[in-house]
Amino acid sequence: MSQLVLTPEKSHNDVEAARFIAAERRRHKLNAGFRYFLLAAVGLVMLYPLIWLIGASFKTNAEIFTSPGFIPRNPTAQGYIDGWRTSTPYTFATFFWNTFLIIAPKVIFTVISCTAVAYGFARFDFPGKKILFATLIGTLLLPNVVTRIPQYLLFRDLGWLDSFLPLWVPSAFAGDAFFVFMLIQFLRAIPRDMEEAARVDGANTWQTLIFIVVPLLTPALLSVALFQFMWTMNDFLGPLIYISSVDKYPVSLALKLSIDTTEAFEWNRILAMSVLALAPSLVVFFLAQKYFIEGISSGGVKG
Amino acid sequence: MGGDSRFLGLAYVLPYILGLLAFTAVPFIASFYLSFTDYTLMSRPNWIGLDNYVDMFTRDRTFRRSLNVTLIYVFLTVPLKLVFALFIAYILNYRLKFIGFFRTAYYVPSILGGSIAIAVLWRYIFADTGLINIAITSMGFEAINWFGNPGTALFTITLLRLWQFGSAMVIFLAALQSVDKSLYEAASIDGAGKWQSFYHITLPLITPVIFFNLIMQMVQAFQEFNGPYVITNGGPLKSTYLLPLYIYEEAFKKFDMGYASALAWVLFAIIMVLTLLAFWSSRHWVYYAGDKRN
Repeated sequence: MSQLVLTPEKSHNDVEAARFIAAERRRHKLNAGFRYFLLAAVGLVMLYPLIWLIGASFKTNAEIFTSPGFIPRNPTAQGYIDGWRTSTPYTFATFFWNTFLIIAPKVIFTVISCTAVAYGFARFDFPGKKILFATLIGTLLLPNVVTRIPQYLLFRDLGWLDSFLPLWVPSAFAGDAFFVFMLIQFLRAIPRDMEEAARVDGANTWQTLIFIVVPLLTPALLSVALFQFMWTMNDFLGPLIYISSVDKYPVSLALKLSIDTTEAFEWNRILAMSVLALAPSLVVFFLAQKYFIEGISSGGVKG
Repeated sequence: MGGDSRFLGLAYVLPYILGLLAFTAVPFIASFYLSFTDYTLMSRPNWIGLDNYVDMFTRDRTFRRSLNVTLIYVFLTVPLKLVFALFIAYILNYRLKFIGFFRTAYYVPSILGGSIAIAVLWRYIFADTGLINIAITSMGFEAINWFGNPGTALFTITLLRLWQFGSAMVIFLAALQSVDKSLYEAASIDGAGKWQSFYHITLPLITPVIFFNLIMQMVQAFQEFNGPYVITNGGPLKSTYLLPLYIYEEAFKKFDMGYASALAWVLFAIIMVLTLLAFWSSRHWVYYAGDKRN
């Protein structure tokens, strides 16, 4: 509204302008109020299922079926105790451990391989670079559904079925094109001065990568690790295809198994285990949300 | 870098090349080949030409049903999700307080949404005696059998995807924040209303991001699996039996790898055609800064 003050016939229009500005301000306040109301309402609708989930996991089964509120009247941890034990010979401790055995190598090898590959693409010229970069974009858009069956046959021939290898080995070969792409974008934005100085001082490219580039890339690498953690935690189809023995089930498969094997009315133990299944992702997200939001708005992300 | 061998860069991208060959390129070609065979895990693949494809389009009623449902699902969820994400991002883009709080709140479902635990939650929320029905009946309405009829069942899995609008929204928000504010001031001096500024300034400037979100969301929606598998198990009457579910069952339940590969290729072809269509049409509606055509 500051433009109004610039009008030449100031003296005559002063009163009118003041009135206009006051009206604008009232309108603005009203609009802001409406926006807050809308945002809060949408936010509540969005988050209520999660709030309810947490509340209901501490309820008795009888109460889950009768009240839509989320605060349990007689809080009980029975759902957690029964759910943890499961109807199999294993507890959720096994399933969480299995999940960890998949996530740990996958995250570590993703970070290492994607860093090296992104460095190669962003800092070197080599024969075939254009074509390779095009395939990178191609894989980004290639639906997994076309490659899934032959991949399965490959892992079967390698004797890797019912092991964790098919779930993380492809990541060790920079299999997630999205992360490579994101790191390349990041590297392109970093000035090369420091790297060139290091090279002049006699460092080779490998030393430059480790001592100069990686420290500068750390925030981006953290984003990569976090997203990979989250996606692996959530992955269901992969384990569903490759893991067949219950003692190797990760949490996602174990949860599906619990719905299939638990009596239809015993909800609280499944809801309790769902809370536990979501907990690691939630905790990691809240500890590091800055990196998520940065990662997502710099490269764009699926989800 | 000067002085290094021309092949040094190749050494760094070598893992990618190996992975590309072993896990993407060869499987890609192999699945195309398999789609022309009758390969089941029990016997060697026999070349049967186009039989799989002919069967699919002439005899297989499950396929036709599944294809229909998939198209409805995608054309319903993707535009709704994008419009909603843009709408919320637009509101958040006003200099409001607590913007960080709202952004986080809306983003959480995107982080968790792919989890099987959320699919489980959905199943219980919409169950006969679930949260929604308890709320509905306590307000005096009749309970709805959400999973009992095709329309509402599809609605529940559509809603699960819409619920995860946060990631698209964050990308929109970043784009909106980068729009030069002086453009709006100039427009408002010229007497443009909010809607006009949005339509003539904001929208053209964020078209690259709209395009990006459109492609990504579409490719993902076509591959949705967890929701329908866990929540509705494809039912009732195959009303939520999306193509990825069908492909999964043909391949890993019936081990009919040949037919499943053909199904996968049809799904792939649909995604490809729509992606190419989007790329081709983008010349007419996507605006890139520095582009002289405008």
